[in-house]
Amino acid sequence: MTADNDKKGASRRAFLKGAVAAGSAVAGAGMARAAEPDPLITEVQEWASGLGEGVDATPYGLPIRFESDVVRRNVEWLTADTISSINFTPIHALDGTITPQGCAFERHHSGAIELKKEDYRLMINGLVDKPMIFTYADLERFPRENHVYFCECAANTGMEWAGAQLNGAQFTHGMIHNMEYSGVSLRTLLTEAGMETTGDLSDKWVYVEGADASSNGRSIPMDKALDDVLVAFKANGEALRKEHGYPVRLVVPGWEGNMWVKWLRRIEVMDGPVESREETSKYTDTLADGTSRKWTWVMDAKSVVTSPSPQSPITHGPGPLVITGLAWSGHGAITRVDVSIDGGKNWTQARLAAEGQTKALSRFYLEIDWDGSEMLLQSRAHDETGYVQPTKDQLREIRGENSIYHNNCIQTWWVKENGEAENVEVS
Amino acid sequence: MSKSLKLYGFTAVSAAAMLTAAYNFADRNVTPMPDVAKVMPADAGSPDMMFIAAARAEAAADAKRIGLGREALPEEIAAWNVDVRPDGTGLPPGSGSVAEGEEAFIAYCAVCHGDFAEGVGNWPKLAGGDGTLADKDPVKTVGSYWPYLSTAWDYVHRSMPFGAAQTLTVDETYAITAYILYSNFLVDDEFVLSNENFLEVEMPNADGFIVDDRAETEYPLFSEPACMENCKESVEITMRAAVLDVTPEDDGAAAAEEAMKETNADTAADEKIEQVASASTETPAAEAPASDQAALDMALVEKGENVFKKCAACHQVGDGATNRVGPHLNGIVGQQMGAVDGFRYSKTLEGMGADGMVWNAETLAEFLADPRGYVKGTKMSFNGLRSDDDIAAVVEYLKSYSQ
Repeated sequence: MTADNDKKGASRRAFLKGAVAAGSAVAGAGMARAAEPDPLITEVQEWASGLGEGVDATPYGLPIRFESDVVRRNVEWLTADTISSINFTPIHALDGTITPQGCAFERHHSGAIELKKEDYRLMINGLVDKPMIFTYADLERFPRENHVYFCECAANTGMEWAGAQLNGAQFTHGMIHNMEYSGVSLRTLLTEAGMETTGDLSDKWVYVEGADASSNGRSIPMDKALDDVLVAFKANGEALRKEHGYPVRLVVPGWEGNMWVKWLRRIEVMDGPVESREETSKYTDTLADGTSRKWTWVMDAKSVVTSPSPQSPITHGPGPLVITGLAWSGHGAITRVDVSIDGGKNWTQARLAAEGQTKALSRFYLEIDWDGSEMLLQSRAHDETGYVQPTKDQLREIRGENSIYHNNCIQTWWVKENGEAENVEVS
Repeated sequence: MSKSLKLYGFTAVSAAAMLTAAYNFADRNVTPMPDVAKVMPADAGSPDMMFIAAARAEAAADAKRIGLGREALPEEIAAWNVDVRPDGTGLPPGSGSVAEGEEAFIAYCAVCHGDFAEGVGNWPKLAGGDGTLADKDPVKTVGSYWPYLSTAWDYVHRSMPFGAAQTLTVDETYAITAYILYSNFLVDDEFVLSNENFLEVEMPNADGFIVDDRAETEYPLFSEPACMENCKESVEITMRAAVLDVTPEDDGAAAAEEAMKETNADTAADEKIEQVASASTETPAAEAPASDQAALDMALVEKGENVFKKCAACHQVGDGATNRVGPHLNGIVGQQMGAVDGFRYSKTLEGMGADGMVWNAETLAEFLADPRGYVKGTKMSFNGLRSDDDIAAVVEYLKSYSQ
């Protein structure tokens, strides 16, 4: 027992020494060389000797406690109450492209409601052959599709129009998530209600509405409704989370998140838009002269460096550095991402981790040998239509500073010599 | 040993065989979607949307029905199909005056939107802002911004009041909409709004909107070949987020709130209310888990916690609870009515408190069964709990924060 205690005391001292040695080795250039053996290797650690948890300790697993900081965060001063508010995906701490449901941003207008599958009803009415009611069980019997799509709130980066404001990729760009959805195409359901008597479809709309108290409703042109809109009930393989519209939400690929109606309860085929609150008083973009754009549905191509970034500083000193980030476009697939480390003066093409998929997040990497000097990090997305992500100044020139929504500008992180990063604007 | 080796050997071989098979037949294994509703794939680049729409329509017409679901009944459609459109489609017959609207607005809406629709704290302003749309910080209200009156009627009727949506009558909705118009100086105090004169109301910003023109004004500009080298002469930092310092920190959003206090005078009053409220909660909350727990029926408390979800849109209770739409409820059982610091009660409830009335199991039960019947003019827009069991449970739950 005594011997054991001594050993532990010794290893703690050795560990501290080792950490210092490792730190100084990293600070120097080239291959690190340890001055002393690493006690994490030379001493038998508790986890290598004792036992861990058995199966079923957590029947539905959660991230290990060391990752407890990788969570959604709210910006309290943005809204009056969390019931009608938004929080942000911790994109600075994630990798790959799929967003785990548990940390995918939430946006509610009347809170996240509890609606049982048994109590779920979907109505299709309006200019259809026969108005229909489907239960959840009915939906599961239609031919199903699987697609990965990003969902971005139109207000993502909206706080940055007038200047660099929030210090972290989570807060500037975290109103986005990317999931694999399973569901039934809206086209299939509309066909089931029948549109032989609807007439010319090219000027028709569908109005989609949620079952919560806000009954968030949006009008979608028929062309989009018949194209790729999905009535989804699973995300990343499991049931939607309550906060994302359990049991059924609409997926409107490439278009602003507000249209992805949660707790979807009604689809009405119409000969014009409803001009609901969320498509007139909100989600319209006021230009410098006071006129406003409406029906700005598509999310244009956009990208951001997720690391290094203010919440994900460089902690390892000069040498090999992985610069990584996300890119996406509501018009289709990302074809290329450029990265600049000098504030947009010179650009290098980054490496896409996989070929871009339509209306889904792409992950990019640029590996550099960082010399330890300051960087002004930027990324610039290109999509399959040839669109190149603009600078904030280019957008302001056309839109002014009051449009709130659809800010897809190039983001700059000022990475300092100590590895810390800050949200800045550059000339 | 040799047995298990064989076993593994067999597994490995068969797995390899299956992988090969899967690889070889990958194409054939991916069958197309059933023909039910097959249409042309999306063509993002094509400018001829009419053609695509026509092709999709044709494909949709060709598609077969599967035969799931059932026909919706007229009563069901009537219950859910309540949206109102700019041309008045969907407006039910009815009417309401500015005067009636003022009364209803103060009862149901003013707690968030202010007595004059000016907005409390961060809650939406519904009036004012005329002529500010081109300013640095436009004030977008029903009067200054909303292009259609139908939107206001529809939203009030369907989604308001916050926490008690779909409880307003058709006439109340006309009246509240009339009052919002009056608050914006768009009608006089004698005005009565009805389905008859609805379309005669002119909205000031009706012509203030254009359809998304990015395809013409932006996409050509942003589709030029990207510069890769020496794209600008110099690069200077022109603005820093750290100067503003409004980013939440993990130990609470204290810094952000501090910063906003300085920059946003509008919210200062609201925050003061919250500060006062949280200060007043400290004493009861800190002592909550102590002595009297034996008196609580914990099963009932648990049930009450569930029922309280109906209340939680407006009321907070527990650690850090502050006044929201409704007052925080720490220590409410045994407390004088209308006495939570910093909350603006109805005159009735304030009066009842001044008369020495106290919230206890009996008074709470009466109030929760029929809020507007028990406290005439209460700001609580909740319709009440129908089940006595639910009331008993929620009272027990509130007791657990009142000891």
